[in-house]
Amino acid sequence: MGAGRLYAAVATGGFRRYATYRAATAAGVFTNTAFGLILVYTYLALWEEKPHLGGYDQAQAVTFVWLGQALYATLAIQGGGFEVEFMERIRTGEVAIDLYRPVDLQGWWLANDLGRALFQLLGRGVVPFAFGALVFETALPDDVGTWSAFLVSVALAMVVSFGIRYLVALTGFWLIDGTGALQALMVTGIFCSGMTLPLNAFPGTLGEIVRALPWAAQVQVPADVLMGTAAPLPSFLFQGAWAVVLLAAGRLLQTAAARRVVVQGG
Amino acid sequence: MGEYRPLTEGLRAYRLIAGMWVRSTLTYRASFAMTAFGGLVVTGLDFVTIVLMFSRVDVLGGYSLPEVAFLYGLSATSFGLADLAIGSADRLGRRVRDGTLDILLVRPAPVLAQVAADRFALRRIGRVAQGSLVLGYALIASDIAWTPVKALMVPGMLVCGGAIFSAVFVAGAAFQFVAQDASEVQHAFTYGGQTLLQYPPTVFGKELVRGVTFMFPLAFVNWVPAAYVLGRPYPLGGLPRWAAFAPPLVAVGCCAAAALAWRAGLRSYRSTGS
Amino acid sequence: MDAFIEVDRVEKVFEVRRRTGFMKRVKRQVRAVDSLSFTVARGEMVGYIGPNGAGKSTTVKMLTGILMPSAGRLRVAGIDPSRDRTRLAHRIGVVFGQRTTLWWDLPLIDSYRLAHRMYRIPDARYRENLERCVELLELGALLDVPVRQLSLGQRMRGDIAAALLHDPEVLYLDEPTIGLDVVSKAKVRGFLKELNAGSGTTVLLTTHDLQDIEQLCSRVMVIDHGRLMYDGALAGLHEAGEGERTLVVDLERELPPIEAPSCRVVRVAGPRQWLAFPAGRSAAPLVAHIAAEYPLVDLSVREPDIEAVIAKMYAEKAVS
Repeated sequence: MGAGRLYAAVATGGFRRYATYRAATAAGVFTNTAFGLILVYTYLALWEEKPHLGGYDQAQAVTFVWLGQALYATLAIQGGGFEVEFMERIRTGEVAIDLYRPVDLQGWWLANDLGRALFQLLGRGVVPFAFGALVFETALPDDVGTWSAFLVSVALAMVVSFGIRYLVALTGFWLIDGTGALQALMVTGIFCSGMTLPLNAFPGTLGEIVRALPWAAQVQVPADVLMGTAAPLPSFLFQGAWAVVLLAAGRLLQTAAARRVVVQGG
Repeated sequence: MGEYRPLTEGLRAYRLIAGMWVRSTLTYRASFAMTAFGGLVVTGLDFVTIVLMFSRVDVLGGYSLPEVAFLYGLSATSFGLADLAIGSADRLGRRVRDGTLDILLVRPAPVLAQVAADRFALRRIGRVAQGSLVLGYALIASDIAWTPVKALMVPGMLVCGGAIFSAVFVAGAAFQFVAQDASEVQHAFTYGGQTLLQYPPTVFGKELVRGVTFMFPLAFVNWVPAAYVLGRPYPLGGLPRWAAFAPPLVAVGCCAAAALAWRAGLRSYRSTGS
Repeated sequence: MDAFIEVDRVEKVFEVRRRTGFMKRVKRQVRAVDSLSFTVARGEMVGYIGPNGAGKSTTVKMLTGILMPSAGRLRVAGIDPSRDRTRLAHRIGVVFGQRTTLWWDLPLIDSYRLAHRMYRIPDARYRENLERCVELLELGALLDVPVRQLSLGQRMRGDIAAALLHDPEVLYLDEPTIGLDVVSKAKVRGFLKELNAGSGTTVLLTTHDLQDIEQLCSRVMVIDHGRLMYDGALAGLHEAGEGERTLVVDLERELPPIEAPSCRVVRVAGPRQWLAFPAGRSAAPLVAHIAAEYPLVDLSVREPDIEAVIAKMYAEKAVS
């Protein structure tokens, strides 16, 4: 089987697996919708007080909320993607077997996680987003071009999200208990992605910093591409650059980890 | 053998099992320290968000920062107490799925106490600590016209709020007997509820406020009694003046309803064994 | 006879919902246990066997008070398990073969200390029981080892000890030897034999490993599709399943297959021949006949393979 076909099969497997959790998906949709509602009202109050905060109007702020909820599971912003299983395999030592497989470890998990992300986008993202768009006034484009650019941006965001979580998961080779690393992932994921407040509403230097970090590639950039508040090409470049850097760092760390496993005798 | 008293037995089993979990976590001291600190940061972030918002505005929904901090402190601390005491109950679905719930059922102790103490995590005290800090700041920074009654109401709100959130956790666990994969639904009410109550009721749509006052009475954790303490109008116009003193009643009602739900859930598990 | 466990026409019906389409579901009733009746006397050691999904674990779950029966009457030590679950818990011990009740990250002894307090075991009693378990199950060196570092066999022994500290009158074992190596299996079986003989603890054992039953139980209950198919001595099971024993005959030289009444030669390899004869019959007349007619060097009798017997029983049931 060719490498492309293999990775496609792995991705399909990831998609299918999450598709079997119907009750969990429905529960997630409900929860994302509930959180979206809460956030929308607080944002409306905030933008009422300070119109054009961060360059957004009220409709754009509302759109940002629902986009965040739609991408929440897709980008595993709080964790909960492939890394749970991967870290378990590292913990139990089963990863030693994976390292000797003829398949590339990083590529395998990337394909698996992209499959999962695609399912979450359709299964968990669409309904809260549609709900938000129907019930509240949103700022959505009406041309196919912008929507396509948005989808490209979301795909890049998936890769960036994978890159971050792959690095976090690899720490499992050095730390006995992964809870701390996962918690750090949770904190940065929520705060630096803009899940609690759009990054362009962050004040001063703090704002400049968070907007340059890789987490900005997750919700903020796709949102700006969708609402036309950022040009697509520079946005893709920003996301692509972070994706490359993170994947390369993951590869380096993976090599070190593999050496460690070999030294320890598996 | 003496008469079997579920409450005393339950508390005793809870203490024993929670003690075992504390010992378990302390076998990884470094990790414990890290996660305790991490927990503090995670929960602190939503307050940081509020502070960030107030760096751009002076009032939100008509409430000042100290006033919002008051709501936040009450909500976070009482939620933290409930989460510390009973937060692991949302693992029930997993126990039902993998069959380990049966292990709890053959022990001579009430199942609810065992489920509540399951994976007892001392690090969750971080949330209580962080919530208390914010509450402390609010008490200092806001200009409340204190009376003895109002002063008494603050600890009262924490206890009643903790009880109300605990009831939500138990009801959520009971729901997992029916839908084992749906633990996230409960997050909408627990974490979602906590987040909701951190903001002034004036921010939200009237329907939503009505819902969390009459149908799902989270408003009695802080919104209604805090409005009294802050000397603000109640979130809903029609509420009688004594509504601020209703939290103990609401808490008892919620706990009773949760207990009934739990019994029904356990009963259905024991008759279907799903 | 003092009936310690009484099961009288007990039924357990589950409602199973199966997904047939995207949103469609059909409800179907499954009778996991169907009009089951038996009694177990105090001090008996009974093997409870049957294929997967036969109703074994459902029965054990009802006997331990985890599940409520849909119909029928059930008593363990005079207690209705589903009504008085916690009171019963003090009098029974349960070992789930594949799910440990021990505390993963803590030294083995900590799990025992918890049992000491949770079951309110008097101090002297606890020390005595622990000492005995430690000795017989060879746990001495393991008490201070975190459970996660124990091997499967060590953990099983640890689990059995944990279930016995409060002096249960009956011990339920669910697959106690699953996944264990030969040595560990032997240790576990030796201990159970000792326990049953020494303390008179009633033991109910579900297993897939028929050697467990052969070596431990004088009585076997076979269940399939929720119904009791057989209840009696192990020897009788062979007859019920029309099992055959095998006589292995070593002759002085290679000869044509032996001809003898009511037996048939199943295999010939040089001077050695294998003869199958009904399990219910004595081997003596057959041996006498062969000794008289053939140049006999040596012989031995092999007991039938129970697995084959049970498989045959099920197969026949399915046909009829």
